[in-house]
Amino acid sequence: MIAVRREWRASYAFVELNYRALKRYWGWELVWLVFAIVNALTVAYIAPGGREVAGEAFATDRLVLFLVIGTVVWAYLQQVFDSVGFMIAWQRWEGTIESTFMAPARRLAMVAGTSAFAIAYAFVRALLVLGVVSLFFDLDLLQANWLTALAVICVGSVGFLGLAVMVAALPLLFLERGEQMVMISLAMLLLVSGVFYPIEVLPDWLEAVGRLSPATYVLEGMRAAVLDGASIGDVAELFPPLVVIAAVVLPLGVVVFRTAERYALRSGRLKRHG
Amino acid sequence: MTTAVEIVDLEKAFDPSGLVGELRRVVGRPTTPVAALRRVTLHVARGEIYGVVGSNGSGKSTLARIVATLLTPDAGRARVFGHDVERKSAEIRRMLNRVSVDASFFKKLSPLENLVFSARLYDLPPSTAEPRVREILQRLGISGAPLNRPVEQMSRGMQQKVAVARAFLTAPVLLVLDEPTTGLDPASKRDVQAFIQEVRDSHDATVLLMSHDMDEIARLCDRMAVLDDGRIVAQGTPASLAAPGETLEDAFIRLTGHALGDTTNRRTERAEPAGVGETRP
Ligand SMILES: Nc1ncnc2c1ncn2[C@@H]1O[C@H](COP(=O)(O)OP(=O)(O)OP(=O)(O)O)[C@@H](O)[C@H]1O
Ligand SMILES: [Mg+2]
Repeated sequence: MIAVRREWRASYAFVELNYRALKRYWGWELVWLVFAIVNALTVAYIAPGGREVAGEAFATDRLVLFLVIGTVVWAYLQQVFDSVGFMIAWQRWEGTIESTFMAPARRLAMVAGTSAFAIAYAFVRALLVLGVVSLFFDLDLLQANWLTALAVICVGSVGFLGLAVMVAALPLLFLERGEQMVMISLAMLLLVSGVFYPIEVLPDWLEAVGRLSPATYVLEGMRAAVLDGASIGDVAELFPPLVVIAAVVLPLGVVVFRTAERYALRSGRLKRHG
Repeated sequence: MTTAVEIVDLEKAFDPSGLVGELRRVVGRPTTPVAALRRVTLHVARGEIYGVVGSNGSGKSTLARIVATLLTPDAGRARVFGHDVERKSAEIRRMLNRVSVDASFFKKLSPLENLVFSARLYDLPPSTAEPRVREILQRLGISGAPLNRPVEQMSRGMQQKVAVARAFLTAPVLLVLDEPTTGLDPASKRDVQAFIQEVRDSHDATVLLMSHDMDEIARLCDRMAVLDDGRIVAQGTPASLAAPGETLEDAFIRLTGHALGDTTNRRTERAEPAGVGETRP
């Protein structure tokens, strides 16, 4: 019990650390937020632009909303992935990794605290992106089923966190290469998860890879909920894959993380210099 | 008398080729690793200040990291208060803290924010930690506005003092100090040294001190070891290592066959952050 409370407090240390870093780096955070908003807008304008180019009538409003859901959900997932996936790399850049790893707090506290902050921050950010985009487009959000949307994003976040934890360990194995791999993993997820298109348009093998990404199911569920007002029952078939992915990826992420740490302690790769 | 640190036949080598080296070992063509520690044996008694001197690359930091559970030994034994550094690292981490030669902080955060974070990891609430931080830093000559400004605005020496404060803050039973006074001016050096002595005297703490500074070793240490190319070549009290009429520096040359490398900031070039810490992803 005492141990649980201690880990709880240690987790909070990482929530507070991330919050303070956010405040101190606010200029950068603002830049990335503007980036995310501009990105969402430019993607959404593809819908009316597509109609102009094709010269045919099609359901522009539906496509706009389809794309906006993609950008907003991606803004959320990307932020979670960034905050969690780079938690080790960040401490390496700052040079604090040894003093953090030497402290009695468990790695679980680091993962839990960082994840909690990441999810809260990413959620607020995604809402901001949605808010600004809705000033530019007349989005029809009235028929949306928000309960379904929330359920899908909550369950989907677990699997996504597992992936992020797994890649977070890469910098322990490969130094700079590890950070590059984190970026590439995120890019791959963007490609295969159907952020801006149904994954059925991808070549079969990429579609098959996309079926392994939790983001695919999250996006499908969000679109069903927001575009068609689907109830939780309507999207029930999305939950088993999300739960299976989460059940595999989260423990695997923890194992990979542990193994990577042990390797780093053995090989002297914890620290960048010396 | 309890043994605080027990090191027996400790070996550590590094393979600079990383995972490639791992692969080559699997296929039976191992690369040759760089030996950092070769059969090192030493015992530090509880309450002792034990010094380790050696030139650059002699293995001091490697030894400090192994004791601080940041590196696992290849062979031999390393125990802190009877706990094995590899298997019982959790127990050891609660008792220990370390100052490294390169003060490492979240650079945009203030000293206070950095130290409160660190204290939380040791289960010290900010209400306890903050006054203690202020008190320790005041003694080391830092107070007022700098406490709340980003660490990156402080000089290297000031950052080093904050690093010292971070280690003392958690009231460790064992302090591992890896060149704690490198980069400090003479007055600050003496402040930190006085502090080390006081912590030992008042809290019964044990100190393992890695240094290039013979004066520091002579002033502070009850016993010391000379490390040369990963081997311990001599051990004893500072007075016993120097022959009559000989300085410790002379003794070092006699024992190792070479002079102690230039003790002025050689390491600091490497210790500076590589400039990538400017932005966050
Ligand atoms: N993480 C690491 N990866 C690879 N080699 C390492 C690592 N750490 C130390 N070494 C090597 O081990 C040897 C001992 O290094 P160590 O840092 O322990 O020396 P030191 O006595 O602390 O030197 P200095 O006085 O410069 O701080 C050196 O040859 C060094 O290059
Ligand atoms: Mg060193």
